Formats: sequence, C-alpha cells, structure tokens
Amino acid sequence: MSDLSLNDVTQNYYDVLKEIGNIGAGNAMTALSQMMGCKIDMGVPQVELLDFSEVGNAIGGEEQIMVGVFLGVEGDITGSMLFLVEQKSAKSLINKVMMGMGDPGEDFTEMELSAMQEVGNIITGAYLNSLSTLTNLKIFPSPPALTVDMAGAILSVPAIEFGIYGDQILMIQSKFFDEVQIDGYFILVPDMDSYKKILTSLGLSV
Amino acid sequence: MSEIIKVGMADLKTCLPPNGITTLGLGSCVGIALRDKVNKVGGLAHIMLPDSTVIANQTNVAKFADTGIVELVKQMEALGANKRNLVAKIAGGAMMFAVNSRSSMNVGERNVEAVKKKLKELGIPILAEDCGLNFGRTVIFYPETGDYVIKAVGKPEKTI
Repeated sequence: MSDLSLNDVTQNYYDVLKEIGNIGAGNAMTALSQMMGCKIDMGVPQVELLDFSEVGNAIGGEEQIMVGVFLGVEGDITGSMLFLVEQKSAKSLINKVMMGMGDPGEDFTEMELSAMQEVGNIITGAYLNSLSTLTNLKIFPSPPALTVDMAGAILSVPAIEFGIYGDQILMIQSKFFDEVQIDGYFILVPDMDSYKKILTSLGLSV
Repeated sequence: MSEIIKVGMADLKTCLPPNGITTLGLGSCVGIALRDKVNKVGGLAHIMLPDSTVIANQTNVAKFADTGIVELVKQMEALGANKRNLVAKIAGGAMMFAVNSRSSMNVGERNVEAVKKKLKELGIPILAEDCGLNFGRTVIFYPETGDYVIKAVGKPEKTI
C-alpha cells in the first residue's frame, strides 16, 4: 500500500497533473480534428479534485445519459482511463465522423457505437501517447470498451479505483467546440504507485 | 407532503414514512435498502467497495459493504428500528465495461458477495435483489411499503 494519498497532492503536483491533462487533451483534440478533417477549438481544460458527492453535479447530474469509453493501461504505469461525453455531443460527433450519415434518433445504432468506439480509441490513444512522450514511460492501452448509461453508473468505475485511496476523484474536463460545443471529460486513473512514477519522471520528488 | 431523501456515492441515510429514499446511477456500487417491517423504519446505503479491512484509508464507513451495513443498522436502531425485524433488498453491482484485464473490474460482483455475506452474518434476510449484468440503476426505496423501485436506461421501471 502506497503512503501517497490524493489528499496529500500539493499545489505543485496538482499543477503538474493539470498540465498533463492540458497536453493530453490538446493532443487528443488534434487527433480528432485530423480524423474529421476540420478545425476543432478547445477550451482550457479544467482539472478538479472532486469529492464523490460532487461528482454527479459536476457533469450535469448522475442520471445524465453519457457515452463512456473505458480502457486499461499497462506498461511502466498501470491503471485505467475513461473518456466521457454527453449523449447529444456524442451524437453530433459521430454524425460528423460518419459524414452526416448518422441516425437522427436519440439512440445509437450499432454502426454509430462502433464509430464512437473508434473515436474514443483515437482520442484516448493520443492522450496516452502524449503522456508517454512527456514522461518517457511506456504506456500500453488495452482495447477500449464502450457503454451508454447514466453518468453516475459510468463514473462508479473510476470512482471505485480512486475509492481505494481516498474519497475524491481527479477529473479533467475539456470543452471542445465544433459547430456545437461538446463537453468531454477525461479521467485518468493511475494506480497510486504509478502516480509516483509519473511525478518522479517529471522531476518531482515524491 | 412526502419527500425523497437523496443518498450520494459512498453515503448512507435513514428514512421514515411517508418519505422515500433514493440513490442515482448505481454502477458497480451496491444499493442496500433495509427496512424494519414492524416499526417502518427504512435506510439506504450506497457502498463502493467490498472490504474495509484491506484498505488503509477507511475514514468513510459508508464506502464499504462491511462497515456501511453495520453503520446503517446502528442509525436505524437510533430511529427506533429493531434489528430482529430487519429485512433487505439489494440492487447494483453491475459490470459497466466488458474489460477483463483488471481484477477490480469485477468489483461489482465482489461488492454483491460482500453485502450478502455481511447481511447473513447479521441475520438480515434478503427479500429481493436486482444485481449484476452490465447497466446502471437508479433506485428509490419506500419504507412504508418496502417497495424498491429500479430504473435503468432503455428498460421498463420495475419494483422488487
């Protein structure tokens, strides 16, 4: 059991994690923009350390239906990563990727889910790649799994991982804009030992 | 006028009729509804992890199946519940993502097991359950009737 807990995360570490989130999300958006062949603007990501009780409200309520793309991370660091996007945003994103051939209804067709999984794959892949480059650590993502469900239920997965160490969850929110604003959330959940590795490799003593 | 009391993640609360008690978006977590069927005292715990004894940081008792259930019973007793009258209904413990690479992915199943073990230890019978599978659940519990209403995305509402 590691002695580092999220409650001990100092402003310094916090800034580093924020910067990682910033760079990761930036790379992810570049990859997305290349894939869609259009310009995507991105707001400054917000990094927040939230209590479990606040998590639901922070993303528009526990019952907000969202698309979650989840993958495991292995290599020099271990953990998992979640990319979350609100249902309507996901719809418009997919429709763009499918060149306007998306289904107009609220639900997702098999084809759309498959497209979304690929989008998630590219976004999270780019995110982790930049983290890997930055830290010089080998990071291998597992194939992504996708689900469409209530935000609270999807978030229970990373929350449980964080729950082993404390009562808070570290969340990176990145808003990106196309014709409509799209709210996406990245949640990187390194195991505590991996946290140390990330911070150490960036020159911070833990 | 009755109200619905909200229980957050890793949280627990008690409830008296005519009020109801709810927790939103249960994923791998488990929602344990307890009821004193005689004195009509209810309670709901939203636990995240199975076992407090293997975790270093355990300041929040509501986070774990073992300590959460004990605490809920204690708080219900303070409201006039009798432990011998208690019955349970449980829901949640889903596996949200079909990824098998990590042991914690099966935490839903382990949560359900831990809850059942603790309830058995305390001699509280489980009247009904809606656990496992791969989807999230919102639950509302009414201590007056013992109805445990379960909602899920794209599925009809059901009462257990």
